[in-house]
Amino acid sequence: MFFDHFNYWIVVILMMIGLYTVMSRSNLVKKMIGLSLFQISVFLLYISMGKIEGGTAPIVSNAPDVIYSNPLPHVLILTAIVVGVATTALGLALIVRIKEAFGSVDEEEILSNEDNL
Amino acid sequence: MTFFMSHAPVLAIIIPLMGAPICALFRGKTAPWLFTLILSGIAFAYSIDLLIAVSANGPISYEIGGWAPPYGIEYVADPLSAFVMVIISGISTGVLLYAKDSIANEVPTSRLGFFFAAYLLALTGMMGITVTGDAFNIFVFLEITSLSSYVLIAMGARQDRRALTAAFQYLIIGTIGATFILIGVGLLYVMTGTLNIADIADKFDSISDTRPIRAAVGFLIVGIAIKLAMFPFHVWLPNAYSYAPNIVTAFFAGTATKVSVYLLIRFIYTVFGADFSFGTVYLTELLLPLGVIAALSMSVVAIFQDNLKRLLAFSSVAQLGYITIAIALATEAGLTAGILHIFNHAIVKTGLFLTVGAMFFATGTTSIKALAGVGQRMPMTSFGFVLGGLGLIGIPLTPGFISKWYLIQAVLERGDYIGYGLAIAILLSSIFAVIYIWRVVEILYFHPSPEGAKGSEAPLSLLIPCWIFILGSFYFGIETSFNVGFAEQAAQFLMGAR
Amino acid sequence: MEEFTDIFLMLLLVAGSLAVLYVRNLFVATMLLSAVSFLMALLFVTLDAVDVAFTEAAVGAGISTVLYLGTLALVGSSERPAAKLSVIPLLLALSVGGALIYATFDMPVIGAADTPVQLSNLTKRFVEISPIEIGIPNMVTSVLASYRGFDTFGETTVVFTAAIGVLLILSQKHVRRPEEDEVEQSGLKPAAKDHGQVGSPHDLIPHVVSKVLIPFILLFAFYVQFHGDFGPGGGFQAGVIMAAGFILYSLIFGLHITKKLLPLRVVELFLAFGVLLYGGVGVASMIKGGNFLDYNVLSADPVAGQHLGILLVELGVGITVTAAMLAIFYGFAGRAQGRGKDVN
Repeated sequence: MFFDHFNYWIVVILMMIGLYTVMSRSNLVKKMIGLSLFQISVFLLYISMGKIEGGTAPIVSNAPDVIYSNPLPHVLILTAIVVGVATTALGLALIVRIKEAFGSVDEEEILSNEDNL
Repeated sequence: MTFFMSHAPVLAIIIPLMGAPICALFRGKTAPWLFTLILSGIAFAYSIDLLIAVSANGPISYEIGGWAPPYGIEYVADPLSAFVMVIISGISTGVLLYAKDSIANEVPTSRLGFFFAAYLLALTGMMGITVTGDAFNIFVFLEITSLSSYVLIAMGARQDRRALTAAFQYLIIGTIGATFILIGVGLLYVMTGTLNIADIADKFDSISDTRPIRAAVGFLIVGIAIKLAMFPFHVWLPNAYSYAPNIVTAFFAGTATKVSVYLLIRFIYTVFGADFSFGTVYLTELLLPLGVIAALSMSVVAIFQDNLKRLLAFSSVAQLGYITIAIALATEAGLTAGILHIFNHAIVKTGLFLTVGAMFFATGTTSIKALAGVGQRMPMTSFGFVLGGLGLIGIPLTPGFISKWYLIQAVLERGDYIGYGLAIAILLSSIFAVIYIWRVVEILYFHPSPEGAKGSEAPLSLLIPCWIFILGSFYFGIETSFNVGFAEQAAQFLMGAR
Repeated sequence: MEEFTDIFLMLLLVAGSLAVLYVRNLFVATMLLSAVSFLMALLFVTLDAVDVAFTEAAVGAGISTVLYLGTLALVGSSERPAAKLSVIPLLLALSVGGALIYATFDMPVIGAADTPVQLSNLTKRFVEISPIEIGIPNMVTSVLASYRGFDTFGETTVVFTAAIGVLLILSQKHVRRPEEDEVEQSGLKPAAKDHGQVGSPHDLIPHVVSKVLIPFILLFAFYVQFHGDFGPGGGFQAGVIMAAGFILYSLIFGLHITKKLLPLRVVELFLAFGVLLYGGVGVASMIKGGNFLDYNVLSADPVAGQHLGILLVELGVGITVTAAMLAIFYGFAGRAQGRGKDVN
């Protein structure tokens, strides 16, 4: 009973840690790391939906009476993982350029730099 | 010909999509631009064909991969999506007419192939979001749009390094918004077992009274509100619009937030259904105050801006406030006003940003103070700005007047004190618009040019597209059968659908 | 037993994420994030999502980590200590978490066989009929490349977008700041001046090991590419592994040699070609009388058509992903090399 929704609770905890990291840390790289954590937690949310007790990976096997877990959430999350890495790559590229242009990757320092151009 | 018509919904998307990789290989100043212009024009033509076909024969469904929904991904062109597609591709094509010299001034020639590829991808993404009938496919195309828009905004870094921080800020906030939408779609999926929007809508009533669904509604609305720059999630928009290259600002001002408005309408009216949205989860009570605060506070903030692009950006947030009010009214009249304002604001705001881009082209600045006396040096551009500004305020004969007229009628339809209050708020916000536009006009015309000010009239390649938008906006302000007609049709369709 | 493995892994995940939040050294944070991704991949295996696990391990724990490390080499790895506990972000995070917790109470039990997801028509079609009508054993590949082939086309486009985006952003000219000039005049050259340029010429062991390893990495990539119908794998994972082979080569033998082998222009061509191949299959099926991406019409026998279609689109995905990862790597590595110089 207690473990019925255990995965989802872990999702929630990871998600909160990720969001808190994004919003509270002023270092831009750390923000990106938080964003990645936030996205990873959603992957677990989807994959948990597709799991079936006593099931196996959705690849046809010859064993009798196999139950397969649902392939659809897997497909969706494959897409989401790729979208996530694409976002990470772009964000990091922007960080590299921000460092060159402002001399810092700390949000507060950048804000104070912006004013005296 | 039937081949091209029967595949029209998907062709309008895949032509710009497959054009993007080809465009990325082009070099030089003219080729990528011309190629992009042609593809955008084709997408525009298909959208118009679709709109005509849909309004004559009803919604068109297209099964991608030949898989019937809900197994495969379905494209659905209905009166709302076809109308929004026409707006997006039309604005894109108009902006591209203007783009050649403007962008060559701001982005190195060697990168133009990639730049226009990103532009095409942004267009593809927005069109794809609009026409898709699959909830997860929305997320995929939303990310295509988002990633390409982060890149396009960052391309302003050559003029002002703050474009980089603006793009990064948008990337963080936008990704959080998109992930919220992903969570919302996941929660809908866990309760319905399907991803097709029509299928979810069918099953929605039987499971609407469960907690996951209420949470899904929350995540979807917040996620879309972030993308829409709805108050209080608007912080990314003024920065992004201020520092992006001029044509990018003009393109996004007319389209990007409008696509999010489309999504909001689609989820509220088609997926959740108006009864649930406004009866069970009280979206009116939530969205109405946000819309009013946005319309009033952002208009006031706009008055105090020093940068013309930033001023117009805050004005956009305020205008999105009107649309939010219209959607939250939960009536057919309100919805008509909202959809109408998507169209009218898109054409007016794009025209305004294009005139500002022309001023930047000639003078190298968008600071309001530095533009003093531009009225004498660039009479045609400045006059275009004034006419566009009148449209923003909502003077009769402009489209701004038409949509405010419909909006005020819709709020008065409520017949209670809230309705009167809303009408007063809308009028008050219009008065603020008079102030911020007048402030700019005064400096442009009645302040002397600074010593040694450079810049004379913008070249015709910029002026003509500007005036197409300005005169076009007057056309749609006087001969309103096109925009009002299709907006009414879309609103009737949405209200009748459930 | 399996439950306890799951729970143990998930508790480790939480511990790892908390450590990511608190640690001040960004190198450590990156490695911890990589560990979290890897734990997640293990968890996906126990949840029967082998394809996802494969991708998460290759992408989350692999490529992303490389990107983070590349960035840290350019921007420095220490984080300023935060002044105070931030109350508003904490409240926002808690309220988002609260909303989801609220949702979970009515959510179907994990692993139950009678949830809407498991009873859905979609699940039945994908599990029971897809092996017959598509004819390949791996249902994830069937759904990915055929039923939801358009999502995958969009996803390939996302990768393409990211690659041209990184190239656009990182090829902008670097405007020199005055401080940098001072540093160079006083003879204190930035430390990372020429790494990547020469690779690591003196380390014999990495040279030999990688020479032995790289052919196998590439071979494995081909295996993953073409075996995706039968087991976990497909264009994505193959593309990432293939790119990893080239990246390893470039780290050991130097970026300039890799660029001679595969110039940026060629990478750009491949990048575009993959997307066009995918779209081209769709256009071909339209010309043959079907809808976009309807593989049934590609051959006289629908099942053979599906086979051909899936093979080609997976190839398109593989090509674009390989080229995109390489392009992104070139972007970052080129920036490290050309610090202070124009990169164009």
